[in-house]
Amino acid sequence: MIQLDYFLLLSAFMFIVGTIGVLTRRNAIVVFMSIELMLNSANLTFVAYSSFFGDVVGQLFVFFVMAVAAAEVAVGLAIIIAIFRNKLTVNIDEINILKW
Amino acid sequence: MDSTAINNFNSDLAVSLSAFWSYFPIVFLAGVILISIAIEMYSKSSKKILPWFTVTALLACAYYSLLTVTDTGVYFSGMFATGGLTNIFNFIFTFGGAIVVLLSVDYIKKSGIYYGEFYILLQSAVLGMMMIAGAKDMIMIFIGLEQMSITFYVMAGLNRKRASSNEAALKYFLLGAFATGFIVYGIGLMYGTAGTLNIDFVFSNIFAAEKNLPGIIGILLFLVGFSFKIGAVPFHMWVPDVYQGAPTSSTALMATGGKVAAFTALILAFRPVLGTETLAVITPVLAVFALLSMFYGSIVAIAQTDIKRMLAYSSIANAGYMLIGLAAGNDYGIEGVVYYLAAYSFMNLGAFGIVALIESADEKNLLISDYNGLGTKYPVLAALLSLFMFALSGIPPFAGFFGKYYIFIAAIESNLTWLAIAGVIASVISVYFYLRIVVLMYFGKGESQVTPEITNASLIGIVISALLVIVMGVFPGSVINLISNF
Amino acid sequence: MELAEILFLAFASIAVVTAIFTVISRSPVISALFLVINFGALSGLYLLLSAQFLSVVQVIVYAGAIMVLFLFVLMLLRPEKEDKYFVVNRKMKIFAVIVGLFLFGQLAFAIFASDIGQTVSIESSRSEQIGKIAYIGENLYTTYLFPFEAIAFVLLVATIGAIVISKKKLD
Repeated sequence: MIQLDYFLLLSAFMFIVGTIGVLTRRNAIVVFMSIELMLNSANLTFVAYSSFFGDVVGQLFVFFVMAVAAAEVAVGLAIIIAIFRNKLTVNIDEINILKW
Repeated sequence: MDSTAINNFNSDLAVSLSAFWSYFPIVFLAGVILISIAIEMYSKSSKKILPWFTVTALLACAYYSLLTVTDTGVYFSGMFATGGLTNIFNFIFTFGGAIVVLLSVDYIKKSGIYYGEFYILLQSAVLGMMMIAGAKDMIMIFIGLEQMSITFYVMAGLNRKRASSNEAALKYFLLGAFATGFIVYGIGLMYGTAGTLNIDFVFSNIFAAEKNLPGIIGILLFLVGFSFKIGAVPFHMWVPDVYQGAPTSSTALMATGGKVAAFTALILAFRPVLGTETLAVITPVLAVFALLSMFYGSIVAIAQTDIKRMLAYSSIANAGYMLIGLAAGNDYGIEGVVYYLAAYSFMNLGAFGIVALIESADEKNLLISDYNGLGTKYPVLAALLSLFMFALSGIPPFAGFFGKYYIFIAAIESNLTWLAIAGVIASVISVYFYLRIVVLMYFGKGESQVTPEITNASLIGIVISALLVIVMGVFPGSVINLISNF
Repeated sequence: MELAEILFLAFASIAVVTAIFTVISRSPVISALFLVINFGALSGLYLLLSAQFLSVVQVIVYAGAIMVLFLFVLMLLRPEKEDKYFVVNRKMKIFAVIVGLFLFGQLAFAIFASDIGQTVSIESSRSEQIGKIAYIGENLYTTYLFPFEAIAFVLLVATIGAIVISKKKLD
């Protein structure tokens, strides 16, 4: 049987990879994908604990996180399209009217 | 689910439905959003109807919240609470939202964001804040926070043709979503250790658990995520850019309601474990964040030339003062934070209102030097702005002074005297950059170059904020008594 | 080794590899495709945890809707210039990796120090029951009725917001 620890370890690893992606990548869309990776790793934690406890709350939280992620993606990509229209770039180092 | 569970639920739902008038404001506001969408769709003059409709609805919610402040209860299977602090926060959100509408009626016309959707977004943001204020479960905190944040991302980028607004939206969005990732993962680890997501038990279960290291890390990640949302150092980097780039009326809501709502979530989460020894694990983290925020905000604000950036750094410093109250971890601290949150909201609403008035159509007149000589040309505006600056810098008898006073007293009560002293030093530093504007307005050389069109709606909003700042400063005791009842 | 363990190893290694490649791929389109595979692997892991409903929703919502939206925007914008920025800021990268490894070590320590050490009982009737769509549905419409209604407003405001921000003409 699989230990709970392995699931948690996997999710911690994916969370860290996502964090590193956010900190190192310069393309706004890739940064956003890294954030999705972080959210998914959190979901894995929830589902693992939920099965472990036999408690449905964790899975319901994941359901809500998925809905929120969908909403965030819609708004985020709309913002990226708007910025692309004005400046024709999605590189966050080139977007620098305001001091970063 | 077996039949007994469903029967239990049915009786709970019956109780919840019969208590409809207790949680009426949030349902009402949700209905108002839907009606506003219909108005925007079908009415040609929606841009003239919507602001007054929004103001009326928000003021009704604010009044109703105060009216039912003693009506405490928990509804919908322990998801949503009413009464007490919830209603006080709801009052701050809805009243602040109404003032923001007054400030932006004419502002959005001149700055090229004359869309009826602005008001729908504003209502949605306030709805999200009210969800947080009533939350009794981490799920509700999360959903409310996202409802508010997603709205703010849009409001920051509302000025679609202006590159600075786009950029502010992108920065806010990326860092906000990053913070959401931390919060969700933190809640996941907390859930694993506590076995529940109910606010009343999450923290205490974690501290009671034997091997609770994942839970503690979860709490820390939760804190890191919320430090992003309140803009505390070291997670503040988005604050100046977003506050500067976003349209001023959106900034006014983000800087007040947004920050208050994030603090509300922290207060609700920490409240059940107040005064217990176990909170000591987190206190040092909060204290360090508070110390860094106060000094960083106060010192960097001195170097700013743009008034919106200066107010942004001032809000970072203010997040620091409020974190002191949380770090103190006693009832006085919470009362002080709630008082200061209300005071801070109205002080900043007034200040941003005046900034929005002075700002010209092409986003000019935002430099601090533009306020040169305002005192002789527009004495009323200058006097009001001086009032807000005095209040922000913590000079009695205005509300800002008592907010800081209560927080520092709470810190001393729980043996954090060094933090209180640091707070006093930081506020002395901050007096410099607040009063610099006052000095410039009254004693600056040369004529004032700005020609603002002073409109009635904005002026009413600013004057109401000023009155609240004065009233809260003159009668701090009665406000604190109201808060400490709960 | 049991079948469940073999499947876990397979899905977990796919998830790890694709997560890394999502972050290090030069082309954003390839990143997105790796992310799709990652979500697929996660869906398999959810099945192993007997969360059938979420496993299906993961494929439909994440792989089906969200990633299609990503790819759509990528194709629309074609940000090819990413390549030349990939090498810059080496210091930041090293710093981020060090911080990341440190955090990962901490998390791993926390997970093992808490010594849960127990297996996820896939066969337990309880975990099997809660993953089913009927059970989740019943809970959504009873205990979690209020959040369920609240999330509707999140989706509503996201719809309005996306239109307000990206529509070409707005008056």
